Amino acid sequence: MHARLSFRWLIAAFAIVALAASAVTASAAEPIRLGAFLAVTGKGAFLGDPEKKTLETYVEKISGEGGVLGRKVELIVYDTGSEAKEALTFVKRLIEQDKVDAIIGGTSTGETMAVIREVEAAAVPFISLAGAAEIVEPVKKWVFKTPHTDRLAVEKLFTDMKARGLTKIGILSGPGGFDKSCRTNAMALAPAKGLTIVADETHGAGDTDMTPQLTRIKGAPGLQAFLYCGFGAPTSIVAKNVRQIGLGVPHYQTHGSASMSFIQGAEGAAEGVRLPAAALLVVDQLPADHPQKAVATAYRDAYTERYKEPISTFGGHAYDGLFIVLEAIKRAGGTDKAKVRDEIEKTNRFIGADGIFTMSPTDHLGLDTASFVMVEVKDGTWLLLN
Amino acid sequence: MASLWQPRTGGLLALAGVVAGLPLILPNAFYYDVAILVGINATVCVGLNLLIGYAGQISLGHAGFFALGAYASAVLTGDHGWPPLAALAAGAAGVGMLSFVLAQPILKLKGHYLAMGTLGLGIIISIVLNQEAGLTGGPDGMPVPSLRALGHTVAGEHAWYALVGLVLIVSVWLTLNLIDSPVGRALQAVHGSESAAALTGVDVIRYKVLVFVVSAVLASLAGSLFAHYAGFITPAEASFARSIELVTMVVLGGMASTFGAVVGAAVLTILPQALTAFQDFKMLVFGAVLMGTMIFLRKGLVPTLAGLIRNRMRSGRA
Repeated sequence: MHARLSFRWLIAAFAIVALAASAVTASAAEPIRLGAFLAVTGKGAFLGDPEKKTLETYVEKISGEGGVLGRKVELIVYDTGSEAKEALTFVKRLIEQDKVDAIIGGTSTGETMAVIREVEAAAVPFISLAGAAEIVEPVKKWVFKTPHTDRLAVEKLFTDMKARGLTKIGILSGPGGFDKSCRTNAMALAPAKGLTIVADETHGAGDTDMTPQLTRIKGAPGLQAFLYCGFGAPTSIVAKNVRQIGLGVPHYQTHGSASMSFIQGAEGAAEGVRLPAAALLVVDQLPADHPQKAVATAYRDAYTERYKEPISTFGGHAYDGLFIVLEAIKRAGGTDKAKVRDEIEKTNRFIGADGIFTMSPTDHLGLDTASFVMVEVKDGTWLLLN
Repeated sequence: MASLWQPRTGGLLALAGVVAGLPLILPNAFYYDVAILVGINATVCVGLNLLIGYAGQISLGHAGFFALGAYASAVLTGDHGWPPLAALAAGAAGVGMLSFVLAQPILKLKGHYLAMGTLGLGIIISIVLNQEAGLTGGPDGMPVPSLRALGHTVAGEHAWYALVGLVLIVSVWLTLNLIDSPVGRALQAVHGSESAAALTGVDVIRYKVLVFVVSAVLASLAGSLFAHYAGFITPAEASFARSIELVTMVVLGGMASTFGAVVGAAVLTILPQALTAFQDFKMLVFGAVLMGTMIFLRKGLVPTLAGLIRNRMRSGRA
C-alpha cells in the first residue's frame, strides 16, 4: 500500500515539474535569446572565461539600457569544460530546449567543428569564437566567426620578416587544429612571399620540453628567423627553451600567445618575441586617431571595472560576436533567423575589438591583415611596433 | 506471473516498455539527444558490467575500445569510402582481436595489477589517437559521415533513438542469456573464488578472456554508433576520465545487475545536463550526489532499491 502511494506521489511530482517547466518557456517568449557554449573551465579556460565574462557584462548592460528593439536580451551560457564532445549536446539544448535566436561560441576549433553540422541543419545564425580558417573556409551558410585566422597572422608575420630581410624560416608547431592550420598556411604562403622554410618540426600534446626540436631547427642551414605555431601553455615553454639553447635568431609567435599569461609563464624569456595581435592588446599605446581606439578603450574600462582583472584579446572575440549579432537583429527589425543571417553577412565596417569587420557572401570573417598590429614583448609587457 | 519478476523476461519487457514509451513524454530533440547518449553509454556499461560484476575484473581501458570503434568508423568511412556497416564490423573485429591478444597476458594479472594493465592500454590508445594527427585529426578530432545502410541514411533524432534503443535491448537480451548460461555460472564462480572455480573444473582464464572480448566488442560497436550519430569525434572519447566514468556508471547502478548498468548510465548521463543550473558548482553537486549514493546505497542503485522493495512487500504481506 505504502509503495503504491509513494509511486503516485512521484508521478504527481513529475507532472508538476513538467507543467512548471512548460509555463516558464511559454512566458519567456518576449526577450531576444542568445545562446553560448564556451570553455569556461578546463584547458581552454584562459579563453572561455574572459569570453563568458564579456558576454555577461554587455548583455546585462544592454538589457539595463532598455535592450534591443525594445526587447530585453537574455543570455544562456553552457560550459563545455573544454571538451569538444560536450559541445554538440549543449548546442542541441540551446536550439531545441532554449529556443535561442542565435548562438555565439565554440571557444576552440574542435568545439566549433563538432557542432557545424547541427547548426547548419537547424538553420540558426552561429558566430564562432575559434581561430582556425577551416571554420569559414569553405563558407558555410549559417557559420561566421570573429577571431583573426591563423592565415592572417602568418601573412602579417611574413610581411614583417620580409621587411627585416629575414627569408630563411624555421617552424615549430603543436598538435592542435590551430597549430596545424597555421603551419599549413605558412607552408603555402612562404613561396609567394619569397620566403623559404628551412626547418619544419612538430611537438606533441602535453609536451613539456621542446629542446630536441629546437636543436634541430638551430642546425638548419642559413636559419634567419623562428616561428612557433601554437597557443596556450606550450607558448611559454617554447620561449624558455629558445632562450636555453640560445637559438640566436628573431623569435616570432602568433596571436595565440597574446595574453599576459604567456609573458608571465615564460619568466623573462619572452623578451623580444614578436607577434601579431588585435589593437585591443595595446589599447593605451594606440594613437588617438586609430579607428579602434574608442571601442577598445570602452571595452577595456567596462571589463576591468567589473572584474578587476586585465583584459585579454580573447574576450574581445566575444564582444565582437555579440555586437555583430545584435546589430544584425536591429537591422533585420526582429529575430527572424534567415533575415538575421542575411544581415550578419551584410556587416559593413563594424568597428570591433578585433578589427573592422566587413563581411560578404564569400567572407564570413570580414577581417584583413590591417586588423592586426605587430607587437614585441619588452620589459614584461607589450610594445606596439610601427 | 512469477516469471515477470525474472530479469530475463520481466526486466527485458520493462526495458522495452520504457524504450517504446519514452517518445510519448520526450518534448523535443534535445531530450532525444540525451536519451540516445544514455542508450549508447548503457550499451557499453552492460558489457562492462559482465566484466566487473560477473567476472570480478576491473577495466580502466574501456573508453579506449569505445574510441577505437569510433575511429575505425570515422577513418574507414570518411577517408577510405567503406560502407558504414562494413567499417563498424571491421572496427568490432579489430577490437575483438586486440582485446583477445591482450587478454592473455593482462588477465593473468590479478587485483590492482589488472586494473593497471587495462589503464595502461587505455592511455596508449589515447596517446596514439592524439598524436597520429595525419590519421585521426589529432586533439581537435575529425568529422564522421552519416550512417548509411541498405540505401537508407539514419538521420534525425527519432531514427537514431529507434536504432540505439533496439541495439540496447538486443545487447541486454544477449547479456541476460549469457549470464543465465553455463558460461554465466562459471563466471560467477570465478567472481566468488578463482581457486574454487578452478578446482571444480572451470577454465578460469578462458572465461575471463571470453568476457573481456565480449565487453570490448560491445564498447567498440557503441563507439561506432556514437561516431556516426555525433558526426564528429575527438580523442577525448578515449580519455582516462571517460574510462572512469564508465566504471562509475556500472558501480553506481549496481554491480552484477544488468539493469543496474543501464540505470547507472542513465543517471550519470542525465545528471550533468540536469545540473547546469548550478553553473560553477556543477561538479561539486555532481560529486556530492555520487558520494551520497555510494555511502547510503552501497550496493548500487538497483540492487539496493530492489532489496528495499522486496523487504517492504514481504513485511506488508506479514
